[in-house]
Amino acid sequence: MTLLHNYYESASIILFGIGLCTLMLNQNLIKKIIGMNIMDTSIFLFLVSKGYIAGRSAPIITENYQGVNAYVNPIPSALILTGIVVAVSVTAFLLALTIKLYESYGTVDLEEILKMKGDDHGVNNKLPFS
Amino acid sequence: MEIFSIMMLISLMIFSISISLIKSLLGSIIVFTVYSLVMAILWQQLNAPDLAITEAAVGAGITTILFIFTLKRMRPDHSNHSDNKE
Repeated sequence: MTLLHNYYESASIILFGIGLCTLMLNQNLIKKIIGMNIMDTSIFLFLVSKGYIAGRSAPIITENYQGVNAYVNPIPSALILTGIVVAVSVTAFLLALTIKLYESYGTVDLEEILKMKGDDHGVNNKLPFS
Repeated sequence: MEIFSIMMLISLMIFSISISLIKSLLGSIIVFTVYSLVMAILWQQLNAPDLAITEAAVGAGITTILFIFTLKRMRPDHSNHSDNKE
């Protein structure tokens, strides 16, 4: 029953599992990056739901300050605001690497890339990114 | 409101499973955009409106633009690309 009470945390852990499966089981690099994004957002959901307190309002002071006990905890959302931006920059970096891999190998399928790399190995040993 | 949040969480799970199952890359990117928008709604439910704004702008906007740009660089053709390379 605790799992059903804390349904945000349960759902975030399930989403983390789904993201990990997407990251590990797909051979396509773009789907791997999407799976990593799902893992990111599930961790953010977990931390923000830890800062949420039921029955309290958003931590924005509109007219008069109503005391500490009237607002939810703003610290997790302030941390995760940074995390979202970091996740986007990591995604941009991974996509840039994917574009370079595509320019070298002509595919984004990891299995074919590994096969091509194995074939190339003895024949010409020039670096893939040269 | 609690039942609305639970429905949103279940739809998040459905979207994330279908991202892994959809064959087309463009389709899975679009489903991921919808996933980010539903996540923004969920953050509004958790009383974090700053996160909702950031997720809708950055997660759904910029990430989708980056993915579509990558797909556009990959998609078009082998001929045009190898011409550029040589």
